[in-house]
Amino acid sequence: MAALLRLALRRDRLRLPAYALGVAGLWGAMLAMEAASPYAALADETRIFATTPAVRIFGLASGVGAGANMAIRGGFVVSILAALISALTVVRHTRQSEESGRSELLGARRHASLAVALLVATGANVALAAALTAAGVAAGQPLPGALTAGAAIGALGTVFAGVAAVTAQLASTARGASGLAAAAFGAAFLVTGAGNVLGSADPTGTRVTAAWPAWLTPLGWSQNTRPFGGDDWRPLLLSVATFAVLTAAAFALEARRDAGAGVLPVRRGPARGSVAGPFGLAWRLQRGALLAWGLASAGFGLVFGAIAGQVTDGSAASARWYERMGGSTEIAGAYRAAMVQMAGMAVAVYAVQVLLRMRDERLELVLSAAVSRARWVGAQLASAGLGAVAILVAFGACMGLTGGGPLELVGASLVQLAGVLALGAVVPLAFALVPRRAAAVAWAALLAAILLGPMFGGATFRLPERLQDLSPFTHVPKAPAVAVSAAPVAALLVAAALVTLTGVAVLRRRDLAGEI
Amino acid sequence: MTAAIETRGLVKRFGATRALDGLDLTVRTGEVHGFLGPNGAGKSTTLRVLLGLLRANGGAATLLGGDPWRDAVALHRRLAYVPGEVSLWPNLSGGETIDLLGALRGGLDERRRAELLERFDLDPTKRCRAYSKGNRQKVALVAALACDVELYLLDEPTSGLDPLMEAVFQDVVRELRAQGRTVLLSSHILAEVEALCDRVTIIRAGRAVESGTFAQLRHLTRTAIAVDTARPLAALSGVHDLRVDGCHAAFAVDADALAGVLRQLAEHDVRALTSTPPTLEQLFLRHYGSEADGRVAAARAAA
Repeated sequence: MAALLRLALRRDRLRLPAYALGVAGLWGAMLAMEAASPYAALADETRIFATTPAVRIFGLASGVGAGANMAIRGGFVVSILAALISALTVVRHTRQSEESGRSELLGARRHASLAVALLVATGANVALAAALTAAGVAAGQPLPGALTAGAAIGALGTVFAGVAAVTAQLASTARGASGLAAAAFGAAFLVTGAGNVLGSADPTGTRVTAAWPAWLTPLGWSQNTRPFGGDDWRPLLLSVATFAVLTAAAFALEARRDAGAGVLPVRRGPARGSVAGPFGLAWRLQRGALLAWGLASAGFGLVFGAIAGQVTDGSAASARWYERMGGSTEIAGAYRAAMVQMAGMAVAVYAVQVLLRMRDERLELVLSAAVSRARWVGAQLASAGLGAVAILVAFGACMGLTGGGPLELVGASLVQLAGVLALGAVVPLAFALVPRRAAAVAWAALLAAILLGPMFGGATFRLPERLQDLSPFTHVPKAPAVAVSAAPVAALLVAAALVTLTGVAVLRRRDLAGEI
Repeated sequence: MTAAIETRGLVKRFGATRALDGLDLTVRTGEVHGFLGPNGAGKSTTLRVLLGLLRANGGAATLLGGDPWRDAVALHRRLAYVPGEVSLWPNLSGGETIDLLGALRGGLDERRRAELLERFDLDPTKRCRAYSKGNRQKVALVAALACDVELYLLDEPTSGLDPLMEAVFQDVVRELRAQGRTVLLSSHILAEVEALCDRVTIIRAGRAVESGTFAQLRHLTRTAIAVDTARPLAALSGVHDLRVDGCHAAFAVDADALAGVLRQLAEHDVRALTSTPPTLEQLFLRHYGSEADGRVAAARAAA
């Protein structure tokens, strides 16, 4: 057991510290930025969080203040990271080891891996809580609030370590176990959000009391500690109790099941296939990711549409930001254009992620059949492009549903496709030229395009135009605030085609087998 | 007889290493050809060059009358391939994978697909991630063997199969030969190749060191025999490494001396006899030196 623990710590010696420091750094930076805002702007933001029902999904307003605001906006992001990383850590040391045969190789006693996984994950969450507290204090926030926020996030992560300990017993694959844990988090988010939306704001419009559903979930308990706005630790007793129950359940389930098997039966697949060609295969393989991205973008579309009305009476600072990014002085239009551009950048992330599956160890099997390399690359691009279209349409339609003008917004979202394709084309080229570094190159290109693009390079950093022009996103028309002109869209599409064709030409000349 | 596969002086370099170092290989149309060599000898590299996945640095290769690199797609409609390391898409079921690979190759024979699933005892509804190594191998085999093509390229196709399934595989390959199909079977197991193949090419450090029928290669094989006799063996001629311990004896014998040795043994009243076919490793050790001095061995074989 001690040896197993040492092994687990060694496997995670870079991963977990990097994660704790990264999350804490992000948290500290967001807090410091928020603290730099004037009081009036903070109060405006708090009122939006408290009085816009749709925005309450993200958290519980607890009064005006940089910390209290960030406990919603930043707390939301940090919560997702803490819950998912905790769950993945537990799955990694339990089900994944079992699936890969590592645990058999180690011949460890029953329960030893599970105990080690929970110890590592709990330790990581304690470290994360400490790092978040330190980051909060470093960002100039009061210690009690910083400590409450850290503890709330750490407690949330710990509960989801417990959730994953159970799902790792239920599912027989690491993917299934992670998926169940992620689904549990999604459900917790929805129930908590519903509780917050159904809650009531106080007369000042800066503090929300959640309705009962929020008290059903670990996320709700963590939010109800109200960091920087009351600092009440009592809800975390529920988190600790839940973790204890989940841990006991996981050990009990593990005692009843066979090594290698899950409590839930393995799902069967179809005996006959309908996947016919390289395009069908690429489409089939992106199905799960597409569904998740489609739902997420529909959700964000609904929320962004719902708060469109609030933007017009926002602070002068935020209005200028929207104007710069949205390319119009008409604030409502600028806001819509800015949101659509953000969706475009998010979909570019999707496209790159899906296209990077080109680095497929099964490629040999596909290309030894009657499939040319050009056709294979074309299938990847077509499938990723069609997926991007579906996500953009979902976003535009849903934003239009709550914010008005669905057709106009769908059209504007689809204009973003030009930027998405221009970046997506980098992947086949990188794969052709530097197969082993394709991921690093593609992500670096995407990051650069986003940082130099309208949101950061333009609206936030105000970089020189020559630098901004390097990003494809700079050239995508700012629809629907600005009329779409054909020239930049056509130029982006031509650039995408040229980059792709270069990639194909290189790919047709090089060796393609084994480790790719 | 025409050649389905013909390579002359094939060279493939990976950086400083020469994976193929002037390989000559001829596979005649309609034969089952064994491609024998230890791990790392260049078998898989050869197959990948023949499939147009790798581009040769030198020499010439012809596959079904075409250029494996230039005419890859057209040629691939006429062949089916089972890779050495079978890796499948974890989310797809076995049945979906078989149909996908069949469709990518230009269609498969439905009747044959059903028959092969039955004979290989494969459950097509399982997801590929849930299959054992042997079952993944079966998926790739069924997908390839259910294709109605001229040439089958099989890279160590029985690794991970149990003996029962190996027997099924051998039956299927014999049927293919009876139908006049060509099979190139790479393996590092001598007995398997001996059981199936008309001719064999032995590859070592990227070069062919022997090629011919098994009868022609007989001189290479030396069988290990252990025998219990009723009367103690005094002497035995024509054998190697003889060890006698009362009524028990163990020795090695060249294939062409086997008949004479058995006659001598018969006179001593054989009680029990086990014979072990030589492994490829023993054969290589004896004829071409150890793994380390492959270059010397290759030079000697070439001389």
